[in-house]
This record gives sequence, structure tokens and C-alpha cells, in this order.
Amino acid sequence: MAKHQLNPNNWIDLYSDYLFNYTISRVNDRAMAQDLVSETFLAGLKSMSNFKGEASERTWLVSILKRKIIDYYRKINSNKGKAEVRMTYNNDSETEGDWLEERVADPFDKTAEDKIENTELGNAIYDCLAKLPEKQAEVFKMKTILGYDTETICNELDITASNLWVIIHRARTALADCMEENWF
Amino acid sequence: MKKSFLFISCEEAKHICDKTQYGEATGWERIKLALRLSWCRVTRAYSNKNNKLTDVIEHSDIDCLKNDERSKIKQKFEEELAKHQ
Repeated sequence: MAKHQLNPNNWIDLYSDYLFNYTISRVNDRAMAQDLVSETFLAGLKSMSNFKGEASERTWLVSILKRKIIDYYRKINSNKGKAEVRMTYNNDSETEGDWLEERVADPFDKTAEDKIENTELGNAIYDCLAKLPEKQAEVFKMKTILGYDTETICNELDITASNLWVIIHRARTALADCMEENWF
Repeated sequence: MKKSFLFISCEEAKHICDKTQYGEATGWERIKLALRLSWCRVTRAYSNKNNKLTDVIEHSDIDCLKNDERSKIKQKFEEELAKHQ
């Protein structure tokens, strides 16, 4: 029997944020990231019969998403000229000599290693968030990741401010414990 | 029990500590928390853990969908799902 099974009814609730975070760090365009996530779910639905059950649902959806992201980059780079790298050196004599400083590596710039670490860290946080009760995860994401103010969240979810802080407290405690175990 | 204007319970200290993570604690609350932190090991341990979590989340640059964005994706998906079932 297959180790894993697909249940598309829960896909959006369980994986949309994870897939969106995965995508936005790669395409850097919010609207495009949403489209790619949406397309991934639809493609997953169409190719459910190809799922062998060896990987988890999330891993399987990520593999579809990866192909979608590659296709997206192929599409935007399909015109030969767009792939060209153009560099304009400054001809102004007053700033002569500055070009070297302008092009020297910035030590504060993000390196590939930083990016990989950030991605892994993001995955670890999402793994821990997935273990929280749905309400706690939702309030935590709205408050901490999206940066909504207390009043907006209370109005949207129809809860009181003190209720929100209790939920935040529980979520933060559980998350900190989980991260302590898996990351720190 | 009468509530002290300066000395707070561990629970209240944790609550203020949570609010501090989002910049929502008042100046007076922060003073009360600092006083508690100076002598309470439990509050200090909680505060350290809480600060560490905030640092890690800021460092990770994680993002997620807004409710209306998720609803849009969900609606489109459910229409398609209904055709499949």
C-alpha cells in the first residue's frame, strides 16, 4: 500500500502558505507567486493519478511548483535579448576611477549561502507552524508575518484583543519550543 | 489581592513581553517588565526565548498569503475540484 495519500480538500489550508513562501523567495513578484501557486494546485488536481504515494503530499506539490517556476523563467527569458547582460560604464571624467568601487563586492550583500539558510529557516518555521492549531497559526501569521495591527485582526476574526494576546502567547510558546528542538 | 502599580505577576510579565515583540507595550509596561526581569529567572528565560523567536522570524524573511489572496486561490481551486468529484 502507498505510504502517502492525496486529499485535495485540505490542500489550500495546509500548503498554500508554504508554497507561496517557497515561490515568493524565487520569483519576487507577489501576483506572479499567487498565480504559480494556484496553477500548482490545479496541475496537482489534474495529475493526481500519477501520484505514487512515495513522497508526502507537500513534497509532491513542491515538485510540481518547481516545474512551474522553471517554466515561468523560461517564458520570461524566451526573447534572446532579454537574457543579455548590459553594463554601462560611466563616461563622466569627474567620476573617473569610481567604477572600481562601484563594482567591488558588497560584504553586506546577501550571498547564496545566506539565501539557502533563509530558505531552510523558513521551512523550519513552516514545519513548526503546521503543528499549531489552525486558529493559533492563522492569528500568528496575521500578526507576525503579515504585520497586521491588533484591531484589524480582531475585526477580521471577530475576537477580543485579550483573546488575541492569549492566542499569540500560546502560539509563540509552542513555536519557540518547536524551533528550539529543530533549529536553535 | 490588590494589584501593585509597579510589581507585576509572571503571567502579566509574559503578556507584556509578547506585546513588546510587536512594539505594542507602553513605556510604563516596559519599565514594569524590566523590573521583573531584573529578579525573576522564569520571566527572563521566557523573554530570551521570545526575543530569539522574533529574531529568527525577522531573519528568515518568510511571507504568507493574505486572507483575500488565499480565498481567491481557494475559490478557483474549489470550482475545479467540484468538476473532478
